[in-house]
Amino acid sequence: MAFTLRKDIADASRIINNTFYWTFISPFRGKPVRVRATVSEMVKAGYNSVPIVAVISFFVGIILALQAAYQLKRVGALIYVANLVGVSLTRELSPILTAIIVSGRSGSAFAAEIGSMKAAEEVDALVTMGINPIRFLVSPKLIALMVMVPALTMLSDVIGISGGFLLSVSVLDIHPYNYYQQSINALLVKDVFTGLIKAWAFGIVITIVGAYQGFKVEGGAEEVGRRTTSSVVASIFLVIIFDLFFTMLFYYFT
Amino acid sequence: MEHAIEVSGLRTRYGDREVLKGLTFSIPKGKTTVILGGSGCGKSTLLKHLIGLLKPSEGSISINGREITTLTEPEMDTVRGRMGVLFQGAALLNSMTIADNVALPIREHTKINESTLQIMVRMKLDLVGLSGFDHFFPSQLSGGMKKRAGIARALALDPETLFFDEPSAGLDPVTAAGLDELIFKLRDVFRMTIVVVTHELPSVFTIADHIIMLDKGDILFAGTLEGLRASDHPRIRMFLERKSEQEIYSPDDYFRVIAGD
Ligand SMILES: Nc1ncnc2c1ncn2[C@@H]1O[C@H](COP(=O)(O)OP(=O)(O)OP(=O)(O)O)[C@@H](O)[C@H]1O
Ligand SMILES: [Mg+2]
Repeated sequence: MAFTLRKDIADASRIINNTFYWTFISPFRGKPVRVRATVSEMVKAGYNSVPIVAVISFFVGIILALQAAYQLKRVGALIYVANLVGVSLTRELSPILTAIIVSGRSGSAFAAEIGSMKAAEEVDALVTMGINPIRFLVSPKLIALMVMVPALTMLSDVIGISGGFLLSVSVLDIHPYNYYQQSINALLVKDVFTGLIKAWAFGIVITIVGAYQGFKVEGGAEEVGRRTTSSVVASIFLVIIFDLFFTMLFYYFT
Repeated sequence: MEHAIEVSGLRTRYGDREVLKGLTFSIPKGKTTVILGGSGCGKSTLLKHLIGLLKPSEGSISINGREITTLTEPEMDTVRGRMGVLFQGAALLNSMTIADNVALPIREHTKINESTLQIMVRMKLDLVGLSGFDHFFPSQLSGGMKKRAGIARALALDPETLFFDEPSAGLDPVTAAGLDELIFKLRDVFRMTIVVVTHELPSVFTIADHIIMLDKGDILFAGTLEGLRASDHPRIRMFLERKSEQEIYSPDDYFRVIAGD
């Protein structure tokens, strides 16, 4: 037990090291990251997630506005719905919702793809062709998620706030201009920015967890399935841990 | 005779089961060496050691005079650059077409322009009888066609040494004979050192210059085809004459075996 844990940690740190080396250092030594694969990963992870992120963010914006109104109405401060919706979305909910959606869609796909390649000896074949599997498979995914999770988070910010806005002006009878002004005043660049930093870190976490679980596959299809499931559970868990860490950091230092 | 590969005292284990039990042998340069042996005796495992995918727990492997068990990954890559490998399951990348699979090592290691690359890929595919299948994905090919595409990929960089894990398993006799001819051609025309793992006896008798026979992780025989034919070792005779290993049970014994007491 203690032995396997130590081995797991060693494996994980090797994957983290290699991933960062092949993504950020080796391009400057003449081994560039594969551009076409990166674009294709961006489309799969980012562009194809737009509809689901948009719909979920819109509904969460509405839900937030309603929940906020439920409290604020009693103290006659209904206009502060704008603050609550804006701040909690940009600082917290957009990054975390996006990360959970991307874990489910892309993190699991990474684990399944790499795992089935491992099971079919395709990873071994890459090695014998002198192609580093991390550079070939993981670096494009890492870059894709480092760009796309923040991008989707920004989309989620905009659509979530629109959802809150639509509900407030229709159901809560807040004047659109007032809501707009209130949101602008409430939101600081800092709020949006810290959200995006979180999103960027979540992108890294999701890629590494997916890759780690994929490369762990030794056997066949059944193990690929198991690893895929673990990758989703583990990346959501780690995303929350990182969220806690960053939120504490931002609370004390910004 | 010059040796391309020299192995001494090679031991390896999976967990605490020893799979290769101290193998010492050499593989001559510019010849075809066949590795024979029953299923599960460690042939694929041995091949994976020769191409540096697995590290032995003991022993040394030298390829063209270079000890590979102590090389770092980048050093190993330069050794691998002159090897071509066909895996037992072909191991083509399923996300790419056959043409892209064959082009992959060339794209990664050379700066050849696209049109020359296309011509090279077509030549390799033609060599294994797969012209016209460039745009197929691996999942759209039969098992035998995958094997041949895997061979085309192994040949992509014109290697010095080729490793084939069961190239003709699952091929019809005509295609298998064509493959044997290809192996001849690679040896005679391109002067490649070829290491083939196979079970197919007809093919062994055609292509082998040198034979290494494994049995349960040990070397049973190493030498020429004539030597193998002349051997009177019972397990070798069994293999060559395709005799079953199991003793014939009496009906009573058989009943006892399946009843589990
Ligand atoms: N990854 C692994 N983990 C544990 N044991 C393994 C592993 N791979 C192979 N083995 C064991 O090692 C032994 C040799 O396997 P290997 O694949 O080398 O056999 P082989 O000679 O190639 O057989 P075949 O002709 O059926 O391909 C087998 O008994 C197998 O159970
Ligand atoms: Mg085998």
